[in-house]
Amino acid sequence: MSLATLRARIERLGAAMSSYVWRIGYASRFLFYMLVHSGTALKRFHLTIAEIYFAGVLSLIIILVSGLFVGMVLGLQGYETLQRFGASESLGVLVALSLVRELGPVVAGLLFASRAGSAITAEIGLMKATEQLSAMEMMAVDPVARVVAPRFWGGVISMPLLAALFSAMGVFGGYLVGVQLIGVDAGAFWSQMQAAVDLRNDILNGVYKSIVFGIAVTWIAVFEGYDAVPTAEGVSRATTRTVVTSSLAILALDFVLTALMFTGTEK
Amino acid sequence: MPQEPIVEIRNVSFGYEAARPVLRDIDLAIERGAVVGIMGQSGCGKTTLLRIIMGALAPTRGEARVLGHATAELERDGLYAMRRKMGMLFQFGALFTDMSVFENVAFPMREHGGLPEEVIHDLVMLKLQAVGLRGAAHLRPTELSGGMARRVALARSIALDPQLILYDEPFTGLDPISFGVIVRLIRELNDSLGATSVIVTHDVQEALGVVDYVYFMAAGRVIAKGTPDEIRSSPEPFVNQFVNGKPDGPVPFHYPAPDYRADLELAPA
Amino acid sequence: MNRSTIDLWVGVFVVMGFVALIFLALRVGNLASFSTGQTYKIEAKFGNIGGLKVRGPVKSAGVVVGRVVDVRFDNESYEAVVLMDIEQGYQFPRDTTAKILTSGILGEQYVGLEAGGDAKMLAGGDRLRLTQSAVVLENLISQFLFNKAAEGKDAAK
Repeated sequence: MSLATLRARIERLGAAMSSYVWRIGYASRFLFYMLVHSGTALKRFHLTIAEIYFAGVLSLIIILVSGLFVGMVLGLQGYETLQRFGASESLGVLVALSLVRELGPVVAGLLFASRAGSAITAEIGLMKATEQLSAMEMMAVDPVARVVAPRFWGGVISMPLLAALFSAMGVFGGYLVGVQLIGVDAGAFWSQMQAAVDLRNDILNGVYKSIVFGIAVTWIAVFEGYDAVPTAEGVSRATTRTVVTSSLAILALDFVLTALMFTGTEK
Repeated sequence: MPQEPIVEIRNVSFGYEAARPVLRDIDLAIERGAVVGIMGQSGCGKTTLLRIIMGALAPTRGEARVLGHATAELERDGLYAMRRKMGMLFQFGALFTDMSVFENVAFPMREHGGLPEEVIHDLVMLKLQAVGLRGAAHLRPTELSGGMARRVALARSIALDPQLILYDEPFTGLDPISFGVIVRLIRELNDSLGATSVIVTHDVQEALGVVDYVYFMAAGRVIAKGTPDEIRSSPEPFVNQFVNGKPDGPVPFHYPAPDYRADLELAPA
Repeated sequence: MNRSTIDLWVGVFVVMGFVALIFLALRVGNLASFSTGQTYKIEAKFGNIGGLKVRGPVKSAGVVVGRVVDVRFDNESYEAVVLMDIEQGYQFPRDTTAKILTSGILGEQYVGLEAGGDAKMLAGGDRLRLTQSAVVLENLISQFLFNKAAEGKDAAK
């Protein structure tokens, strides 16, 4: 490879990086603008309620079913490993802590990103491609305030509720498998769980995580939709980008938040 | 004293990049009450000019004055105040797909009026009646044909009785009947509302039948202007080719290409 | 889908979400033992607190009567100072003993209170005089080995 080609490739890499960083800056300005203009979404709350329906209620089935199955698998796998150490009575602890601290917010976030996030991006992108957003602008209605902000708040409100539902269904699933199916003592299951799961440390931290994930996923979803190239191909690519970027963001944020919340709490 | 034109474009140039201007030294004046056509090939800059009139773009040089204001100097609130007196019909209607026909037409009234629902209901019916679609009020945009969708969009754009109505390629893809309907509506609404209309289009024959005045554009410049009769008999070769639909002329038939024999890989003679 | 149907479903959804959160808080977590009642603080000094953690339970006769609130190090007496919140309903005599005990064999450690016989009760801010440190495994092992070695020497004599 000649020096010229190498230099050209490095230049392209640099350009790609700087355009990526620029994009993040643009997305941040967009978020700020949207937050400042969220008045409509809050004053005409029925707009936001409609979006809670589309993002939250329509995701219920997938969240509840997935939560149940994840909890059941945790019950099975957990029992397998714990009974080798004679600690099968701690199954409740294992299931509850895994769900409340990690799996609830993260898996619910990933499912939310792929179901609701992609739908939001597609909807906004399509409105852009069919000039509906321009038409709104022409009628002196700010499309960010009218279309984007309600979807953002709808997603942010839905996400923690979905994560809580996921964790609750998961615990129930673990109970079904552990107590009803395998035969772990019900009393030990619940009492050890209640002793080990702390309201503030575990449950509340899980709720904070789901709020952060909700903000991240919905922000990415509305931005990608608003910024999409206004063609069919552009919208489809924006939708894919939403799912990929949100998923990566959730996992990266999960690491950061876990490191902040769950380590170094011992005294 | 003559009234100030509703739209005045003075010496406007525009380009997304400095090296490639899309519009060069445009001078335009649109009188109150007129129906004016801006015509030309695709890519001649007419849609960009419409965007400048709308206030969505600011000219890089020169001044665009609409309804008495210089669009480039308006802040967001001033821009929105100006747009409330304008209506725009987009190429394929741009109806809101998640609302019914009624709600689409009611949209600008609800967002700006503060009017009670009964008044809005009657106003919407009035506008739909004007375009002949009062019976379709409960339908959704996906259930409408192209022509009907465009008529609903037209009803929506006149919802607040605008002083200036802009049309972006209103005749594209319409069957002859819908065509006739739109042509009739453009003229009727303009006169009944006492408004001014600007039509950007490349459908020559039909447009020449409805407009009062024409500006002809090519490559970002106005190369001809006049009444429809003047344009039809224009000596300008490009206008001639365009109006008469000749396949070859100043705009060549062949896209620039290398020597034909070379492309066929024939041995040189 | 008209507005009232959407409102209904959103209401159901939000209620379900809150029920799930309450379920997690009450049945899964330890909110039930979250004392919102009045408490009073007492202190105790230990030579070694072992694995005792803040928010660990304070039990008497096996029943939870309070929580460990703070753990500090006294740089002058080189002892651990444990601050505890005891529920107002439970009164203990001034000569109560505090011991660091373990739940089960390898479970978590907690403070066990054994009531004394004094007529006067502890008040807020008092310090327990009698304490017993946690059992540290290494000390136990070295003690065991030392005893074994001593036995061997005695036998050899």
